Amino acid sequence: MATNFIGTPENRVDGRDKVTGNAKYTAEFHKEGLLHGVVVSSAIAKGRIKNIDTAAALQLNGVVEVFTHENTPSLAWLDLSYKDMDSPPGDPFRPLHSDKIQFNMQPVALVVAETLELAKYASTLIEVEYEVEKHRTSLADNLDDSIKGKGIRAGFTPPKSIGNFKEAYESAGVKLEVEYFHGAEHHNPMEMHASIVFYEEDGNLTIYDKTQGVLNSRHYVSMVFGVSKKKIRVLSPFVGGAFGSALRPQYQLFMATLAALQLKRSVKVELTRPQMFSFGHRPITIQKLKFGASPEGKIEAISHQAYSETSTFEKYLENIVNWAGKLYDCENVEQIYELVRLDVYTPLDMRAPGGATGIYALESAIDELSYKLNIDPLELRLKNYTEEDKGESKPFSSRTLRECFKQGAERFGWKNRNPEPRSMQEGHQLTGWGMSAGVWDAMQMPARAKAEFKADGTLTVGSATADIGTGTYTIMTQIAAETLGLPLEKVSAKLGDSKLPFAFIEGGSSTAASVGSAVEKVCKKIAKKLLKEAGKMEDSPFKGAGLEDVIFADEKISDKNDPSVNVHFSEIMRARDLQEIKKKYFLLPNMLKQNKYSRATHSAVFAEVKVDEDLGTIKVTRIVSAIDGGRILNPKTAHSQILGGVVWGISMALHEDTFMDHNFGRFITHDLASYHVSVNADMPDIDILFVEEPDTVVSSLGAKGVGEIGLLGVAAAINNAVYHATGKRIRSLPIRLDNAMKERTIKN
Amino acid sequence: MKTLITLRVNGKEHEVNVDPQTPLLYVLRNNLGLNGPKFGCGLSQCGACMVLFDGKANPSCLMAVERAAEMEITTLEGLVDENGNLHKVQQAFIDEQAAQCGYCLNGLVIASVGLLNENPNPSNEDIQAGLYRNICRCGVHARVIRAVKKASSV
Repeated sequence: MATNFIGTPENRVDGRDKVTGNAKYTAEFHKEGLLHGVVVSSAIAKGRIKNIDTAAALQLNGVVEVFTHENTPSLAWLDLSYKDMDSPPGDPFRPLHSDKIQFNMQPVALVVAETLELAKYASTLIEVEYEVEKHRTSLADNLDDSIKGKGIRAGFTPPKSIGNFKEAYESAGVKLEVEYFHGAEHHNPMEMHASIVFYEEDGNLTIYDKTQGVLNSRHYVSMVFGVSKKKIRVLSPFVGGAFGSALRPQYQLFMATLAALQLKRSVKVELTRPQMFSFGHRPITIQKLKFGASPEGKIEAISHQAYSETSTFEKYLENIVNWAGKLYDCENVEQIYELVRLDVYTPLDMRAPGGATGIYALESAIDELSYKLNIDPLELRLKNYTEEDKGESKPFSSRTLRECFKQGAERFGWKNRNPEPRSMQEGHQLTGWGMSAGVWDAMQMPARAKAEFKADGTLTVGSATADIGTGTYTIMTQIAAETLGLPLEKVSAKLGDSKLPFAFIEGGSSTAASVGSAVEKVCKKIAKKLLKEAGKMEDSPFKGAGLEDVIFADEKISDKNDPSVNVHFSEIMRARDLQEIKKKYFLLPNMLKQNKYSRATHSAVFAEVKVDEDLGTIKVTRIVSAIDGGRILNPKTAHSQILGGVVWGISMALHEDTFMDHNFGRFITHDLASYHVSVNADMPDIDILFVEEPDTVVSSLGAKGVGEIGLLGVAAAINNAVYHATGKRIRSLPIRLDNAMKERTIKN
Repeated sequence: MKTLITLRVNGKEHEVNVDPQTPLLYVLRNNLGLNGPKFGCGLSQCGACMVLFDGKANPSCLMAVERAAEMEITTLEGLVDENGNLHKVQQAFIDEQAAQCGYCLNGLVIASVGLLNENPNPSNEDIQAGLYRNICRCGVHARVIRAVKKASSV
């Protein structure tokens, strides 16, 4: 059929707009008279503003206003009003609320002027006097002052322990106890965070916001500023990357809205690249792992304990230690999660939050165990392969991890590996091969979608979700076109508009399973209506037919058994005198069914590295990633998601680190020259394969979501490869040159 | 002090009245309404703002507009011909799915065109080296390399 699109490698529908500059991102919208706001950031990590002098700035012709805690009107006073869909437990940060400084680079003023240049210049004239208090920003120095990682948060599962770890560990023949560490990371999407609030003549607000959820932004503005939702429209048609940074409304949205409402004018606030390091990061963790195993390699006891940072005002929770029971057939698993309150901004979900760092430590430690047991790391994983989620005591809704191991190993040539470290050496170059498993939750969220089919044969589908580069526009178009049997050109997908039907924030790899399914269902409703109308046509062969009796393809309804009996959609619309058919659908996940299963995506990652032992340079030369992501809706966009995840894994393993200067309690990595990410020159050969098994528990489409699973396990596979190359076990990220260098004694 | 400066952009002459020290990127975006070149850092560190200067790709965010007056400037918009046909690099980027969020894409397309101007048949290593000024956060690098390869064979 010419209108089968699900599972085919279609080009992205927004491709042309993106290569020609037609796609407009948040800060790119403009209207005459737009004011520019520049944020002034605090220079201290903790204390109080004693005095803030704005006089010099206000004297400049063209500076309209300077907002500080002193002249910000009283807003919603309940903490609850500041909560958003992605809030962790606690009291959300309130910009310009009081003289209290809670973290370094906290916004302390907004300078609003007629031009950006003037606002920037004026912002340098703001004089702030602080009363400095002693801050604490070091996780390592404050482990004895931790609190339990407990609480309720979307996507967070409190880690459980099963069996009796202590007893099993004590009696185990082989024991391993190790500690892992990694630094802080910042999302750094290429597009900076920005919000424009257009103050309309009737007092309504049209807001362009960089967000992964327009409804989340609308909710926040409505609650904080007491403006009716009906008077607010939030738009975000294109998002220049986010990776979690736009899951929560960030402070530039607050700032722009405050200024627009106070001045009754339109205001744009865009953060600077340094300010992209001022809100939310992947939290630093210190992880302690213990394994007990039999000498034959049966894992009998696992303990995974993580200490992670949070702010003084919110309790940031993520799934760091929830994975061992999903990967290993072990009856005694202890999982402990502790938080340490520091004078930093609340950490923020960053691509595969918790999993990326938890799996790094777990899967690196498993590699250590394999060497202690003298068993091949792949064999050890297969020996302890679990057919059910041990932590949850539930079967998996679908799982092809064993096949991922097999196919990945074959593609990589794992069987040719000599397990001996330093065994593949050519001159200065040491080659190492390492591997890892990965796992991530597969989620479906409630989602609404609407569809409008017109007499001219075009269909519009819409949902208030986001496309952060993932390909949401494209898969919505494909699903709708195939379900109704239309060519792709006749379908247009709408998203990123708060006027559209409800969708949850675009996170947790849940959008394909959620919004995708809602689109499928709403198109089925249109199909049903078309069929019913076809049945009412004169001498119709479709009288009384059900959807199961017919096929929707090539813009026609055809008899399943005799495709020569068919009717074109345009004939139906004409004969029945219909201008349009409109339908809505509300997808509510079947929790009763879903809760019977553990739902997850999986990966098997194989990495090759080359290390120059004299210079310490580490180059990843080859990655094979085998993915269990359920049914793949578009091999092109899905491949790109995994590719991006792998690149993030390389970046995490070797480059990314936001450096905190504890003397000042301030991240001093402030730009893209000092915050290293993987670049073109770092790219290895990346081979991605999908081991598909449609998962109809997670979604009727069979999709499980692939936005994050590509990252899981990559850093561990690289770390394990570096060990295999050098014989040195490195237990902190990023892996630095000096860690990998030959130890030498310098002689005089 | 504002000065009249004549710029040659995408084959047409434009007269702009701006401070000669204004970064070229601001003038292209704000005065000429070109949405292709993007602001990514303002420090010539990320490549999102690249344009072609006499066929060579360079960032525009730190270059004073007065320095660009003598040069033939081409932006993403200028790569599309008068009939709306895409440049072979643009088409290859679509076909090879070398776009995700699309924000860095201006720089990558421009730098790739600049590279092919100098070296019509680059190896993978040449492409990796030629795109050294471009940062992409979505991780499309491997597909960009394929796209440039493809464009070079058209």
